[in-house]
Amino acid sequence: MPVSAANDDPEKARRFRDAALPHLDDVYTLACYLLRDASDAEDAVQECYLRALKHFDGYRGPAMKPWLFAILRNVCRAEFARRASSSTAAIEDLADDAGQTPLWSEAQETPEAQMLRGADASTIRRLVAALAEPFRETFVLREIHNLSYRQIADVADVPVGTVMSRLARARAMLRSAWMAEQEQPK
Amino acid sequence: MTCEEADILLHALIDGELDAGHVRDVEDHVAGCPRCAAQLAAWRELGRAVAGVDLRYTAPPALRRRIEAALPRPQAPSRRAVLRGFAMGSAVSAIAATGLVAIALRSDDEARIKSEIVSAHLRSLQAGHLTDVLSTDQHTVKPWFNGKLDVAPPVVDLTAQGFTLIGGRLDYVDARAIGAIVYRRRLHVINLFVAQTASAESRAARTETFQGFHIRSWSAGGLNYWAISDLAAAELAEFGDKFEASMRTGTAG
Repeated sequence: MPVSAANDDPEKARRFRDAALPHLDDVYTLACYLLRDASDAEDAVQECYLRALKHFDGYRGPAMKPWLFAILRNVCRAEFARRASSSTAAIEDLADDAGQTPLWSEAQETPEAQMLRGADASTIRRLVAALAEPFRETFVLREIHNLSYRQIADVADVPVGTVMSRLARARAMLRSAWMAEQEQPK
Repeated sequence: MTCEEADILLHALIDGELDAGHVRDVEDHVAGCPRCAAQLAAWRELGRAVAGVDLRYTAPPALRRRIEAALPRPQAPSRRAVLRGFAMGSAVSAIAATGLVAIALRSDDEARIKSEIVSAHLRSLQAGHLTDVLSTDQHTVKPWFNGKLDVAPPVVDLTAQGFTLIGGRLDYVDARAIGAIVYRRRLHVINLFVAQTASAESRAARTETFQGFHIRSWSAGGLNYWAISDLAAAELAEFGDKFEASMRTGTAG
C-alpha cells in the first residue's frame, strides 16, 4: 500500500485534515466491525483516507462522516473480494432474507430488562460482530454511529426500505443471540 | 395497520424516523395490540442496553501517525485547488425508496430538498408540463388531488389579489409525490409545493435565494409549503402573505 499521497496541495491537505481526521475513531470503529480484524481494519482506514484526500476536491457533501463511511465501504468491498478469492467463505453472499431469525419470538417469560442486565461491552461487541452481513453494517451505522435511515441508505447504496428491514432483522438476530447466550449455563 | 407493517415501523418509531401522522398510526396500533406493545417494550429495552455500553473502538496512535505522515505539509495557500474540482461524483446515490415505509420517513435535509424544489420548478417550465389539471377554479383543482397524495393541499384562489390560479400538478421531490399548485403573476410562474411535515408546529415564513430563484417556505397546520418563482422577493413574500391570510380566514377551497 502506498504511504505517501500523490497529491501535493498543502492548503487542500490542511482543509482535509481539519474535516476528516476528527472522524478517525468512527471510521476505524466501522472498519473493525465490517472486517472483524484489527490489522485489516487499519489498512482499510488508511486506504480510505488516501482515497478521500484524492477525491476531496469533488466533495460537495453529504456530511463528512457518511462520505468517509461510503469510501471505507468501497475499500472493504475490495478486501472482501480478496478474502473470497483466497478462501471459500464469502462474507457478502447473504441475501436479506437469509437470516431465518423470526422478528417475533413468542412466549418470552423473561422480562427483557432482566435478560439484558449485566451485559458488558465485550459481550455485546462479540454478539454484534457475529451478526451476518449486511445486517451487521446496518446495525453498526445506526446504533453506534447514529446515522439516520437516509444516511445509511446512501452509505450502503440501498433504498431506505431495505435499511428498515435490515435493521429490524439485525435487532431480532441480536436479541435471539443474546437470549441464547443467557440460557447457556455459565 | 397490520402487525407485519408494525414490525418494521416500530423500529422507525423508536429511532425517531416517523413523521407525526405515522407516529399516531403506530401508537394507535400498539395501544390495541398486546403483541406489538410487548415488541415495542423489548426493542426499547434492547436499545437502552446497547446505548449503555461503549461499543466504539479507538484508532491506534500508530495509524493516526501513518495517515498524518501521508498528508502533504501545510504551506502557502494555492489557487490550484480551486481550479480542480468535480473530480468525482458524489458518494450519494439516488434513493429508490418506495411504498409505505419511505413515505413515512421524515426528511430533514433542507438544502437537498430546496435544490430538488428548484429542479421541479425548472422541469415544470420546460417540458410543457406545468399543470396536470388546468383550471382557474379552486373547486376543480383541489378535488383533483384526491387519492393522488397522502395530504390534501389547500387550494386558494388569489386572482383578486393579483395571483391567478392556473392549475395543479403532481410532482416528485425527495423521491415522493408532492402536490404543486400553480399560480401566475404577469409572466411569472409560481409553483407552490405542499408536503406533509414531521411536526405540527407552525414555522414563520422565510425567503431564500437558491440558484437564482426565490424560495419562500413556511409550515402551518401540519404542512410544509415552498413557494418558488423568479418573481422579486418582495412580490413572492406578498404572495405568501396573501396565501396564509386566506388560509386563516378559511377561504381555501
